[in-house]
Amino acid sequence: MSAHLTPLPADHLSPVPQAPTVLDVDNLSLSLRNADGLLPIVTDVSFSIRQGEAVALVGESGCGKSITASAIMGIAPENAVIGGTITLNGKVISSLSPRDRRRLCGRHMGFIFQEPMTALHPTLSIGRQMTDTLRHNLGLSHAEATNRAAELLDRVGIPRARDILKGYVHELSGGMRQRVMIALAISCGPSLIIADEPTTALDVTIQAQVLDLLEDMRREFNLAMLFITHDLEVVGDFCEKAVVMYAGDVVERGLSADVVNAPTHPYARGLIDAVPAHDDGRTRLTPILGTVPPVGQWPEGCRFAPRCTRADAQCQTRPALERHGQTDARCWHPLEGIQ
Amino acid sequence: MLRYLGKRFLLILPTIFVPLILVFLLLRLSPGDPAGMMLGDQATAEQIAALRTQLGLDQPIWVQFLLWLKGIVTLDLGNSIFFREPVMQIIPRYAGVTIMLTLVALTLAVVIGITMGLLSAMNRNKPIDRGVVTTAVLGISLPEFWFALLLIFVFAVTLRWFPVAGYNPPSAGLVAFASTIFLPALALGVRQSALMTRMMRSSMLDVLNEPYITTARAQGLPESKVIGQYAMRTAAMPVVTVAGLSAGYMLGGAVAIEIIFALPGLGRMLVEAVGRRDYPLVEGGVLTISLVLAVLNLAIDLIYAILDPRIRYQ
Amino acid sequence: MTTQTVLSVEGLSKSFRAVKAVRDVSFTIPKGKTFGLVGESGSGKSTTARLVLRLVEPTSGAISFRGRNLAGLSARDLRAERRHMQMIFQDPFGSLNPRMSVRDTLVEPQLVHGIGTPAEQLKTAERLLAEVSMPRTALDRYPHEFSGGQRQRIAIARALATNPEMIVADEPVSALDVSVQAQVLNLMRDLQDRHGTTMLFISHDLRVVQFMCDEIGVMYLGEIVEQGPRDRIYGAPAHPYTQALLASAPGKGSGQRARLKGEIPSAHAVPSGCAFRTRCPHAFARCTTEKPVMRDMGGGQKAACHLLDGTPAA
Repeated sequence: MSAHLTPLPADHLSPVPQAPTVLDVDNLSLSLRNADGLLPIVTDVSFSIRQGEAVALVGESGCGKSITASAIMGIAPENAVIGGTITLNGKVISSLSPRDRRRLCGRHMGFIFQEPMTALHPTLSIGRQMTDTLRHNLGLSHAEATNRAAELLDRVGIPRARDILKGYVHELSGGMRQRVMIALAISCGPSLIIADEPTTALDVTIQAQVLDLLEDMRREFNLAMLFITHDLEVVGDFCEKAVVMYAGDVVERGLSADVVNAPTHPYARGLIDAVPAHDDGRTRLTPILGTVPPVGQWPEGCRFAPRCTRADAQCQTRPALERHGQTDARCWHPLEGIQ
Repeated sequence: MLRYLGKRFLLILPTIFVPLILVFLLLRLSPGDPAGMMLGDQATAEQIAALRTQLGLDQPIWVQFLLWLKGIVTLDLGNSIFFREPVMQIIPRYAGVTIMLTLVALTLAVVIGITMGLLSAMNRNKPIDRGVVTTAVLGISLPEFWFALLLIFVFAVTLRWFPVAGYNPPSAGLVAFASTIFLPALALGVRQSALMTRMMRSSMLDVLNEPYITTARAQGLPESKVIGQYAMRTAAMPVVTVAGLSAGYMLGGAVAIEIIFALPGLGRMLVEAVGRRDYPLVEGGVLTISLVLAVLNLAIDLIYAILDPRIRYQ
Repeated sequence: MTTQTVLSVEGLSKSFRAVKAVRDVSFTIPKGKTFGLVGESGSGKSTTARLVLRLVEPTSGAISFRGRNLAGLSARDLRAERRHMQMIFQDPFGSLNPRMSVRDTLVEPQLVHGIGTPAEQLKTAERLLAEVSMPRTALDRYPHEFSGGQRQRIAIARALATNPEMIVADEPVSALDVSVQAQVLNLMRDLQDRHGTTMLFISHDLRVVQFMCDEIGVMYLGEIVEQGPRDRIYGAPAHPYTQALLASAPGKGSGQRARLKGEIPSAHAVPSGCAFRTRCPHAFARCTTEKPVMRDMGGGQKAACHLLDGTPAA
């Protein structure tokens, strides 16, 4: 484990309590308006990220983690109805107009996508995409923006930066593309980076390189980072805190060391047991039974109850997110930190 | 880039020559004899035979074809049987009108198509979108000649904004030129613009869902730039592709439009020349149209290569 | 347990023009065992799977399946042999025909290979569904009605329909969420235990390969650089690439993440000598000039690296 994870501060949810809070998400909910009315996608999501801290938003596909990120960025779909409060650097941004929200993008928040091949423009040069951002957000001249773009590419470990600026995304390898994406996201000096599965599409050895780069950037620029992933093992390596989502709900929240090693919510435990771990010598895995209920078909009460081995009648009522052991969990029958 | 264009050029050669061969054969296989037409009912068989020899029509078809190919290379397309002057002198008098008509029609179609498609996509499922989509369906369903007659009736006969027929070349001044070319070009371009509207709409809606558009937004770029530059650049590509096909379609459609608006263009010339069995002039006309189409398509390939860097490397 | 060999691959190579996708790959799989091919994208593992199935024609090398050389079989004999070798693909959405009900999906392979009467075929289909823990009511439904994990169960049932000797599974759980992935992996192991099926298992996921496979081949740029029993590969990896691959996997703590420099080179331009030398932390002069041979590390483990010089050549 990294050194910064070991000391357990008084405020157990934050390993860096002295640092100011960059992002605070309070009771965020999101529904999509369609012909039949409102379809809830995300409910009651709350967490915060301090300067220099990485928080993981973990869950399987369809749990609402990516749309939560787009709601924070202010780029959620047009038919989204968003509730709750989002505060960035002490300023409530959830009540701002879409125009003012857009002004925060790039300058205060940077976004890194899973698939850099499709997240970068196919027919505009790398340089054009970077300088557009720099000129618009920082008011740089074309020459200044080009120089800054070259420096940024150099900083993220791209050789021959000047040539790459003239090139296009299809000419780069997967790892290089993601480096360009990172350079673009940090280009205007944001205080928060949201990374949506930034290494999922990459090979293991490249994944390690990109994670290292993200960690370097975080240290160097003291960035707050929201790291969206489905892989709990990456969480343990990379993030101080973890928020586990299931069917639009936060089901567990705590220090990532605790969430990964001693989860109290049966779903989080199930996620860990389902993955074949290195050298554990198991001949059978412990899957979570059934499948994730699709959006719009969530059960009443605890949404995990139909798949949970510990569920009983009480689980027909919705549990609150409460402290159990070392972490917060939304569960009537939490596991008490079984290692 | 040069290699790409060279390759495109080689691919275009058949589009010039295949129609030529077809026209050459069809003319000679169809009934009617130019020598007989020229000499009239009173001519004797000897006179006709003599003229046939003079025109080279007594030679086997393949010899006639080779002679004609030789003519193309030496820029001598022979003499018009009817006008009795070199085809190379007649064609330029008519080609200018058709080329202008097609270019203006194509420009109108692209501009209308992209604008309406964009308007429609940006207002998806709102009244304005439904209006545009309905109009586009109507536009595709209407034949050009009908639309041409409608335009003449409304804008020329009733409102008297434009002349009913006739043609002023660009050398007569821009206003004079525009007043005679606008209605015919609009009539010729309307169906293609309707097609392009629909294409632009669906392509824009697709592009707006692309992750790189989300990236542009997440980078804080204003919506006008996101749409106008990032989305437009990729969304317009299918429209450019269609423009190549449209150009060919319009060159064909020009015949009807030229007749309705009494424009002295290649289309009208060809119809008359076919009626007179004026082989050299028909072949010269078809060659010209094929060449215009080839040049237009090369120009579109060039635009495509500029818009999409990936093309240049293939 | 018998030691009968079901599949033996010897010196298998495939070039697509200048691209050397697979180079000199050899391995054997004993009956009832699972051989895993692990590697990053571009390592040639999927091409190897396609070569074994002869979906792709090998450039050179021999594939001996149940004692017959598949490489020499006629199309007809090959089709008959396919009954004994079925496949499961990564994409449970693309690999099932969306217009075929589950019943037809499970009956079709039996029809193709002429197994049983219609009544027996249907009974087999019902039994297969039960084996993959799907309700009987699924028979009359279509692929789009199922989740990704359920579709992969159907694909597994289809693969079992001809009671094959061997199954080639290419990234069968990569598209699935972790909780569902565990269900499918358990299912595959259960079925293998029950039917004694031999398996060639392709994956980029080291954890999955470790769980599923008895013997493992680590591929890099078209070659197997190390192979051996699971516990040797994971416990005492000999090749620097295997070591780096294992150390790169998450869950090791960020401090211990291996930093293998650069990316996998293009198969157009395979480096001279050892293909891994451009990224190897231990590369020295000899690696550029001389290609390392496979060396026997004992216990069935083999690796190709000059650092292992001194151990006898395999």
